Amino acid sequence: MKKVLTGNFAAAYGATAARVHVVAAYPITPQTTIVEILSEIVADGLLKADFIKVESEHSALAASIGAQAAGARTFTATSAQGLTLMHELIHWAARGRLPIVMANVNRAMAPGWSIWADVTDSISQRDTGWMQVYCENNQEVYDTILLSYRISEHKDVLLPTLVNLDAFFLSHTSQVVDLRDQDKIDSFIPPYNPEYKLDIKNPSSFGALTSPEHYYEFSYKMQCAQENAIHIIEETGAEFSRIFGKSYGLTESYRCDDAEHLLVSYGTIAGTVKEAVDRIRNKGVKAGALKIRYFRPFPKKRVREICSNFKSIGIIDRAVSYGQAGPFFTEVKSVLDKEKHQLYGFIAGLGGRDVSITDIEAMIHTMQSKEADDLIWIGVKR
Amino acid sequence: MSKKKNTDKVIITGEKDMPPMPASLGSMLSNKTASWRSIRPVILVEKCTRCMICWKYCPEPAILPTDPPTIDYDYCKGCGICIEECPFDAIETEKEGK
Amino acid sequence: MIEIRFHGRGGQGSVKASDILAMAAFREGKEVQAFPFFGVERRGAPVTAFTRISDEEIRIHCYIYEPDVLVILDPTLIGAVPLTDGLKSNGKIIINSQRKPDDFSFPETERAEVFTIDCSSVALKYKLGTKAAPIVNTTILGAVAKATGIVKIESVMEAIKEKIPLKKKENALAAKEVYDMLH
Repeated sequence: MKKVLTGNFAAAYGATAARVHVVAAYPITPQTTIVEILSEIVADGLLKADFIKVESEHSALAASIGAQAAGARTFTATSAQGLTLMHELIHWAARGRLPIVMANVNRAMAPGWSIWADVTDSISQRDTGWMQVYCENNQEVYDTILLSYRISEHKDVLLPTLVNLDAFFLSHTSQVVDLRDQDKIDSFIPPYNPEYKLDIKNPSSFGALTSPEHYYEFSYKMQCAQENAIHIIEETGAEFSRIFGKSYGLTESYRCDDAEHLLVSYGTIAGTVKEAVDRIRNKGVKAGALKIRYFRPFPKKRVREICSNFKSIGIIDRAVSYGQAGPFFTEVKSVLDKEKHQLYGFIAGLGGRDVSITDIEAMIHTMQSKEADDLIWIGVKR
Repeated sequence: MSKKKNTDKVIITGEKDMPPMPASLGSMLSNKTASWRSIRPVILVEKCTRCMICWKYCPEPAILPTDPPTIDYDYCKGCGICIEECPFDAIETEKEGK
Repeated sequence: MIEIRFHGRGGQGSVKASDILAMAAFREGKEVQAFPFFGVERRGAPVTAFTRISDEEIRIHCYIYEPDVLVILDPTLIGAVPLTDGLKSNGKIIINSQRKPDDFSFPETERAEVFTIDCSSVALKYKLGTKAAPIVNTTILGAVAKATGIVKIESVMEAIKEKIPLKKKENALAAKEVYDMLH
């Protein structure tokens, strides 16, 4: 059934449709509506879940960890300062192999105090072992939450997923979302039944002291899980496509076949890039777009395959790893033979600054006329 | 780059005009919030008893503790709290501008 | 794709208007997108809201820089803020005002078609808002429907009833009355 929903509503409905058992979340702009709507849904009896009111984001994730470890399917949501407050437990959730799904509304980190779109918050969780996916539109937010429970809970994965949506540009923007058939969702996402869980009938301990004799192997297993996720993400996406008619993979290509310049992006910018590619092509320049959905696991093989056809590649990042370059730029560069490509690292949209079609046209112009550069700050006022 | 301490408007054209961190470069005195008003409170001096409740409640503060109290229209935002709180109905509203 | 930009002051319901217009178009089977300019908001401050309507999926996610239609709920904004920036050369401007279209000059957009309609009086007739602050956001959508033909007035009226919590009938009738008034 199609409805006009904001990203926050789409996230809340996704969690509801996935039949989560526990929601523990703390409000923060611009995520607050997700939590409010879920509390109403639970209060109205439309979702049989425990809604745990917590006093901070750290507690929200702690409660989720406890509940998930006991065998409950959990959902939480946060943003920026809230996400980073959780940081030590972000490691815990992944290292504890707990398939929590968390919606993160990408908001800039303070100071300056900003409520606007920026992906520094999620990027800074890069090394924790969480899977991370970036959504382009509200339909994708809803569908990705459904997909993420399937993928995260897979016995060969068992890692939590961070589902990212841009502050305001998705969270507070109304778009048409097709809410999937609940019966089909129920068969697509089977009940959560972990082999290892807190169970008083079969007691065991979790997360206890682990000496150098074993810690290393647990880390190895986490990396294997991320590597397994690569094919599980693609297979699950293909199954989703068969059932629901919409395909989601690790990446999405647009008009790449005969393109000369490739623009790599993620989040809402990826949507604007597709529109820009059409307009740029109308002006006679053969541009193509690659949207990368997953930051972790990073789709190394897929990105390398697609990028190998291009000499001129521009990567648009909505964050910068200070002292290095844009985060996705660095990942893409690491999988390519530097000598074969001209790589342009565009930084754009930090702190919620809008990224317009004109900005993207200017990027293509730079790719046509200037030398490759790791760091090109779009629109910075000097 | 020195911190300004007067009501001069700080003009920022780019990163060169900005301090390393988000620190303010002037005082709020330069932010004349008069433009925020759509209604204008006016003190009716004959009815005013000098209780100073309006001065106390003004969030800005845009009411000066003079005798009678006077409204500083450079900063008054037209929130209407003084009108609401005056026990003697000694503050009335005027529509601002055109 | 049609891009509509709403300009009003905080508290006048510009954002709601952008939502209702999107809902009306959605009811007619269109793809839609609606969102406000994401800044700090307060009563009386200029507010901008955007609606996109298309037959195809809307992929673009930035603000509207080249609107096809401008809807001005509060004419005191004209001259105070750069309202007409980027308006397409055959764009339409719809203003809530008693004055005639010729009374307004927009030198940057000479070929724009200007429509004026006294939404405030119609809104007050249906007791929407107060004399000091009439609520014209639903009323003006009647003018938008007539001037642009993007949506049918029936869709607008149904969307109003869906999205407005109180005085649903009055709001819808106010929009219809303005729709009938405008030529």
